[in-house]
Amino acid sequence: MTSNRLSGPLADVSGDAGYADHPQRVGFFTDTSVCIGCKACEVACKEWNGLPDPHADVLELTGMSYDNTGALGSDSWRHVAFIEQAKPLIDAGDDGGGTRWLMASDVCKHCTHAACLDVCPTGALVRTEFGTVIVQPDVCNGCAYCVSACPYGVIDRREDDGRAWKCTMCYDRLRGGLEPACAKACPTDSIQFGPLDELREIAQGRLADLHAGGETGARLYGADPEDGIGGAGAFFLLLDEPEVYGLPPDPVVTTRDLPREWGWAGAAAGMLLAGIAVAFAGRKS
Amino acid sequence: MSEQLQVPPAEFQSYYGKPILKVTRWKEPHLPAYLFLGELSGALGMVGAVAHATGRRSLARAARLAALASAAGGGAFLTAELGRPERFLNMLRVAKPTSPMSMGSWILASHSGLAGAAAASEVTGLLPGLGAAAGAASAVTGSLLATYPAVLLGNTAVPAWHSAYRELPVLFAGGAMTAAGAAGLAASVLHADRRDFGAAYRLAMLGAGVESLAGYVLETRPGLDREPYRTGAGGQMLVKARYLTLSGGVVALAARRSRVAAALSAGLLTAGGIAAKVAVLRAGKESAADPKYVVASQRPDHAGR
Repeated sequence: MTSNRLSGPLADVSGDAGYADHPQRVGFFTDTSVCIGCKACEVACKEWNGLPDPHADVLELTGMSYDNTGALGSDSWRHVAFIEQAKPLIDAGDDGGGTRWLMASDVCKHCTHAACLDVCPTGALVRTEFGTVIVQPDVCNGCAYCVSACPYGVIDRREDDGRAWKCTMCYDRLRGGLEPACAKACPTDSIQFGPLDELREIAQGRLADLHAGGETGARLYGADPEDGIGGAGAFFLLLDEPEVYGLPPDPVVTTRDLPREWGWAGAAAGMLLAGIAVAFAGRKS
Repeated sequence: MSEQLQVPPAEFQSYYGKPILKVTRWKEPHLPAYLFLGELSGALGMVGAVAHATGRRSLARAARLAALASAAGGGAFLTAELGRPERFLNMLRVAKPTSPMSMGSWILASHSGLAGAAAASEVTGLLPGLGAAAGAASAVTGSLLATYPAVLLGNTAVPAWHSAYRELPVLFAGGAMTAAGAAGLAASVLHADRRDFGAAYRLAMLGAGVESLAGYVLETRPGLDREPYRTGAGGQMLVKARYLTLSGGVVALAARRSRVAAALSAGLLTAGGIAAKVAVLRAGKESAADPKYVVASQRPDHAGR
């Protein structure tokens, strides 16, 4: 167990964080193959969590298909991506053309090894009893280290407020026995919420069905506990390469390399002291 | 036809060219100023201790006072960069080994305390034994204060920083020597008897060599994740930093004979050290803003070369 602390698979993420008695780890399985781009998840999230809209007075059109949210951030904890591709659809019967329209609702991954949580110097970021990762707004001092540590570019600082914000997987709703607002609002069950183990099984079944149906580009993203972040609490079924959706192809928790980084810094500190000693070794002149 | 034999440049897919990562919220002048003042104060801890032990009284005094001033200045820049500066003390709410910023806060706090004690003893003449002990201890905290920021930057998802966790500590350790040497050069201008400051001249030249070499290695190591150190705002600033530092090191050769040379060298070396920190920040921002660096670092088959 100890050797897996900084990276690698971790069977009991809440137990590792110190919860003796805790509920099952929960998560999201976002099946993008059935996403219809309705953005009900974005709206439900904003409504439930009372997220501000800094652009309320201005209609900003990005020119990125139907995506005018742009990216996840401190004020957008679900983000639906729209990708238009000049590719024939399977079973469309026309090899010569057609447009494939990919839609995917992105969210915080609630990593098994969460870099944001690892690097937070105040303890504002914590692991919950559900295995999710949340920011305690009353503790965060806005140092923004988490912003640079997150390999997915999820967490960000709200500049007028000075603190870091991200998806809580609706911690308040979980405490009350409810599913998160985005999953509740999703009309096609593209966003599924539940115990992570069960979701992984459901996802494997769905993937097999899609492959059998000829959708060979389908793949799971973040479902493997052996990956660079120890598996995501919120994972996805994608139909193309992760970077097409704005996701990093193979992210690694930066803390994996922390012992080596300290080793180099320690050696450099020794070099600094030796250098000063050398400079003083000569005669006084 | 012959160009078709070349390996085609790697092509990267992206989501409308938008960044995968968030570009750091750390900004100029705060972060470069903190990095520079931290390494300056760090090296001055050891300089003050050794100067004191070897009887270089005027150098010891200058080093102890400047160590405290630069630690306080660095702490001020660090605090000003927080989104909630009034919550600075939350940094000392926990001691967290997985967070280089938590470790760094404790290093900065202990170093500032020790440097303050040594400086207070220097100014008041009280408790010289305790002052000397605090000064000696600040050599240890100072060496960590100067180099831990390399872990701070290295332990992020920013490709240009994470991939440079070997070179950055050397760059900062060399920069610490240069900065402390420059402070000694500047202080020597104010003294009639400048014999105590010879060690500072040598330190400045040694540091200029180490810092420039580390910057060169940072820039020339192969790989796409080093491109932000070669091109763009980061690369341009890194070259300027090297010219400033190397010329400052050369001018330091004349510092023994000329006060003008000592002052000029101090200015060049200080500017070079600050420019190097600005270059590192800008390179990091660039590598986070362009998704190709993230994709390349995670798809070795695409990274090429």
